[in-house]
Amino acid sequence: MVSVTSSRLVRNREARRATLALERPGVAWAVPGLLFFAVFALAPMAGVVYLSLTSWDGLSAPQFTGLHNWSRFLSDGQMWQSTLVTAVLLVGNIAVQAPISILLGVWSAGHQRNRAVLSAIFFLPLLLSTAATAVMWRQLLDPNFGVPAELAGLLGSANLLGSQGGAVACLVLVTSWQFIPFHTLLYQGAARTVPETLYQAAAIDGAGRARQFFHITLPQLRNTIVTSTTFMLVGGLTTFDIVLLLTNGGPGTDTSILPFTMYQTAFRTYDYGYASVIASFLLLLATGASFVMVKLSGYDKMTSTLEGM
Amino acid sequence: MMNSISRKRACATLVVSAALVVTAAGCGSSAGSAKSATGSVQFWTLQDPTNSVQQAAVDSYNSAGPGKVAMSVIATDGFKDKLRTAMGSSLMPGIFFNWGGGSLTDYVRAGKLVTLDPALKSQFLPSALQAGTVDGKLVGIPARGTQPVFLFYNKKVFTDAGVQPPTTWADLTNLVQVFKGKGITPFAVAGNATSSWTELMWIEYLVDRLAGPGLFQKIAAGDWSQWKDPAILKTAQMVKGLVDSGAFGSNFASVSYGAGGTSTLLDKGKAAMVLMGSWEYATQQSADPAFAKDGLGYLPFPSVEGGKGDPADVVGNPTNYLSVTTAAPATTAADFLKTTYSDSYVAGLVAKGEVPVTVNAKQALAKAPDPTYAGFQYDLVQKAPAFTQSWDQALGLTLGTPLLTEIQRLFNGQDSPEQFVSGVLAIKP
Repeated sequence: MVSVTSSRLVRNREARRATLALERPGVAWAVPGLLFFAVFALAPMAGVVYLSLTSWDGLSAPQFTGLHNWSRFLSDGQMWQSTLVTAVLLVGNIAVQAPISILLGVWSAGHQRNRAVLSAIFFLPLLLSTAATAVMWRQLLDPNFGVPAELAGLLGSANLLGSQGGAVACLVLVTSWQFIPFHTLLYQGAARTVPETLYQAAAIDGAGRARQFFHITLPQLRNTIVTSTTFMLVGGLTTFDIVLLLTNGGPGTDTSILPFTMYQTAFRTYDYGYASVIASFLLLLATGASFVMVKLSGYDKMTSTLEGM
Repeated sequence: MMNSISRKRACATLVVSAALVVTAAGCGSSAGSAKSATGSVQFWTLQDPTNSVQQAAVDSYNSAGPGKVAMSVIATDGFKDKLRTAMGSSLMPGIFFNWGGGSLTDYVRAGKLVTLDPALKSQFLPSALQAGTVDGKLVGIPARGTQPVFLFYNKKVFTDAGVQPPTTWADLTNLVQVFKGKGITPFAVAGNATSSWTELMWIEYLVDRLAGPGLFQKIAAGDWSQWKDPAILKTAQMVKGLVDSGAFGSNFASVSYGAGGTSTLLDKGKAAMVLMGSWEYATQQSADPAFAKDGLGYLPFPSVEGGKGDPADVVGNPTNYLSVTTAAPATTAADFLKTTYSDSYVAGLVAKGEVPVTVNAKQALAKAPDPTYAGFQYDLVQKAPAFTQSWDQALGLTLGTPLLTEIQRLFNGQDSPEQFVSGVLAIKP
């Protein structure tokens, strides 16, 4: 009896200590982070929104022009084209990268022979800077001395960067080449956490490899798929270095995605007011996209895929 | 108790982050406008092989006079952006390297630049000074060699075909057929959107040959309606004619500029000619010295029958300039500018393969790495009645960037010659 009471006492004390430790930290702990966010994110955003209401060349003082830039934006055909190309690139990138990186990630989570060596090779593109990647691919895609010249039978005159379809395909190819390793890494980590027992149980029930993949692996990777797709979505809305270096928005303005158009308006034609409109629009788009992602996927509820295990 | 600790810690973190913010905000200060006539001058220059020549000029100036010049070397990529940002702030340099023309217009109109002593003009070739003059004020003086644009050709390809390089437009169109028949691209052009300025060179020369330099001068001076001139439409039609006849090959829209692109096409004999700035020689020399020495031919852009322009006119980059801002102590800056035509500075440039545009350069050119090539360029520029600055430089980036896009669309066949004209007119409503 005594021992029971004492053990209960001990348990109660432990529980209390645990609740103390689990108690949420005070609001004060968020202050440094909030302060940095306010100074380096919120304040510039507010500045951009203000600038979008002005006409400014960067040299003299900004002139307040009200909603002039915004109405110009809404009637600018080039902007709709840019938005469309941005969307096409986003969808293309997700459609190419997601399946490949899921398969590669799941594969590299296994224990096959040569896995480590091959994984290291797959990982390499991630170590290169985007600038180096773009310059290298521009050489590789040269129609006379690059890869297309060797595949002349397949690609005809190899005028890849000279047509809109070809240029978009090249952008998707190069971006995917660079970022698949990153997403593979995410999926590899996630696939490793899937309990072995699930597969053992499925094997006993007679499920084959494909069935195990679709009924165990994929559902278990749900949260990672959401994370990875959000990265691709928001990242895709802000990429522009690859466009600048590989196609410079061309041919003509066929691959001028929104971030590139923003850069060109601000730092090539020095129309900071109009560029700020594009920036604000991108901000709305990126916020909206990640909000929709989170809502659709139920990511905000943060349910574990391991519940009940 | 725990609460009080966490509160103290929170206070400490608050203080630290506040301090960080203050430091970050305090970074942009100092400099400011000049008070006295002598003092120290910040000199921004572009990173390139002639930096050692400039450094020598700065060193000798600093050891002699009371004023001091501090040279900062800045990489090509981002130079203009950096300058633009600095010019709007208190960190404005005193002297800076630039491309003249439209790159200076905004600064002149914003009152950032100092008008230079007109007496300096007598030291330089007149055709090279034009782009240093904005709104009638001399604001930039030449500081580098000249870079005219002309035709380069592969001598072996011409010998094998038994033909001569073109001196008239009729020659040129005949040669297109000859080389096409042999499976050689007549003209290498870099149509990749990152290098569409190589397409602009064709437009510049054709407009000059058809209408003379006056037409673009009016456009550059602000009369955008001059694009309606029939010579512009005629130029666009001639370009379309060239493209359609296969003068640039079938995949030029994917070709990049320079080594690995246009220069290699010419070197390997896959292309017969290329229209390029004088720096093509240096590009070839670093990639294939033997070809640059013996295989590379060059001659002026051909005349165009029936055109009003003088066939001796050239286009390209007359030179690069140094300009002085209101942030520089006046006397120090003016004295330092005199080093740009000193014998030692000119000799230094020549040794680096440049062709200076000073009046005393002719003798110095005998010591150039390739005196024949240097002499060809100097004579070309000296004899030219007009040296039209590259349009993208003359117009500045604001107008030049959309213009390049329109030119690309014309070359790619995305726009007809008529659409090209209306597209360009729409750039500046």
